[in-house]
Amino acid sequence: MSDRMRIILLLAPAMLVIVVLFFGGLAVGLMRSFNYMPVIGLTQPNLDAYVAVFTSREFYYSFLLTFHISFTSTLISCVLAIGAALLLRRSFLGKSVLNFLFQLNLTVPHLVGAIGILYLFSQSGSFARLGYQWGLIAKPADFPALVFDPYAIGIILQYVWKEIPFIGVIVLANMQSIGTDYESVARSLGASRWQSFRHVLLPLIFPGVLSASVMVFAFTFGAYEIPAILGQNYPAALPVLAYRKYTDVDLAARPEAMAMAIVIAILSALLIWVYIRTSRRSIRG
Amino acid sequence: MHRDPLALRSFRVLTGAILIVWLVLPLVPLAIWSFARGWRFPDLLPREWSLKAWTYALSDTSGVLGSLGLTIFISVGATALSILVGVPAGRALGLYKFRGKQVVELMILAPVIVPGIAVALGIHSVFISLGLTNTVAGVMLVHLVPTLPYMVLVMAGIFANYDPAFEQQARSLGASPLQTLWHVTLPAILPGIIVGGLFAFLVSWSQYILTLLIGGGRVVTLPLLLFNFASSGRNDITGAIGMIYILPGILILLLTAKHLSGQNGAVGGFGKP
Repeated sequence: MSDRMRIILLLAPAMLVIVVLFFGGLAVGLMRSFNYMPVIGLTQPNLDAYVAVFTSREFYYSFLLTFHISFTSTLISCVLAIGAALLLRRSFLGKSVLNFLFQLNLTVPHLVGAIGILYLFSQSGSFARLGYQWGLIAKPADFPALVFDPYAIGIILQYVWKEIPFIGVIVLANMQSIGTDYESVARSLGASRWQSFRHVLLPLIFPGVLSASVMVFAFTFGAYEIPAILGQNYPAALPVLAYRKYTDVDLAARPEAMAMAIVIAILSALLIWVYIRTSRRSIRG
Repeated sequence: MHRDPLALRSFRVLTGAILIVWLVLPLVPLAIWSFARGWRFPDLLPREWSLKAWTYALSDTSGVLGSLGLTIFISVGATALSILVGVPAGRALGLYKFRGKQVVELMILAPVIVPGIAVALGIHSVFISLGLTNTVAGVMLVHLVPTLPYMVLVMAGIFANYDPAFEQQARSLGASPLQTLWHVTLPAILPGIIVGGLFAFLVSWSQYILTLLIGGGRVVTLPLLLFNFASSGRNDITGAIGMIYILPGILILLLTAKHLSGQNGAVGGFGKP
């Protein structure tokens, strides 16, 4: 058997799954978003669903909210994860505990984290109780709204909780493979602690940070259960809105849901493009 | 080498401590709620403790154990399918250079970045006509979309450091293809299959929206049950189910801690966003 034939046979099952389920799912979603479904007699594709979506105020609110959630969570997680990785690469009291908790956190599903954040930060949650005990608030309603709130603070807190370890582990692996030699050289040449971090270490770990950020941004943009637990009703995050439209009793809303799914897919395709461009550049060095 | 200034060292210990507390914090109220008998504002701790939530969760009537069994069945099934389909693909990508390899890699990795909901709505439309919606088989199949990329990724890494010459030697010494697979290939790639398999299991285990959509709410896995109890305000039972739900992840972590911790951060534990 030739190598060519062997490669094709080895790849065939996986490609079948990916092409049929993943790309098939995308293609059908795209067709339905254009109201094109020959099976049920819809043979004239049109842009009705997109017109409906792009002329609705709710969609723009949802899109902006979701973008805000993804951008803010990714940014905060990145900064804190780099800090955590800097901490974890040297020995200090409690390092092994922190290391274990990083790994543990990676295995905990987002849904559990979301419920935990709800019990911590809701107006009758643990922090509100603490505020009452310390005489800061008199009743639950005095506690600031941190969940079901317009700024999606609860959602962002959950993502930060979950993504610090995810980005941190990647950045730490990056730092460990780079070693400390470059920074030592910079320091011996008179660079300050901050300068050697900013001009030596940060550029070296940047590709790793960026690829982790792309994954986090895409995930947070398309996640359903976290905004469904912690988010306000209106405007809802885009995936929540898409799911609502899809399960609407009015079947005519389904193409609109598909159009929103396509918007999410296009945004993640853009992110993949950024990812490839930067990873190529980093290989060239 | 001189020691860092005291202020810097104390700053490190302090931030380390804050980080440790923050990482555990969201799990604490869940654990407490599962043993609480009513826990009203403004009590910092429940006035009365009880095992009621646990007794209920572990009883036959609550459906938690049935849901646990179903979730294990779906995740094990999705993992087995991922191994079956993903190991050959990993071999092709790890061992060979070929034209269009980058495109194939990109296609297989795309589901890691493209969110499930973007493809799940379309898959649902197709599964309706195939009679796969609202079925366990349909849910298991759709879980392959997020699990397979991780499996292929891990196996491609394993096969990149694998020497297929051993297989040829075994064959030239008279071993059948099956014997070669069983006695030569499999032992060499087993660590990868275990890590990739556990990874795939955890990815399937944490799926929510794919299960909800394709299962149509009829295939009630543990996360769906957890969500239902959380949104109906049964905090004590939510706490108990939450604890049960995170148990496999902790067990897997303890079992693999030796292999994953330490310098080998490159494996990254079970990192998924």
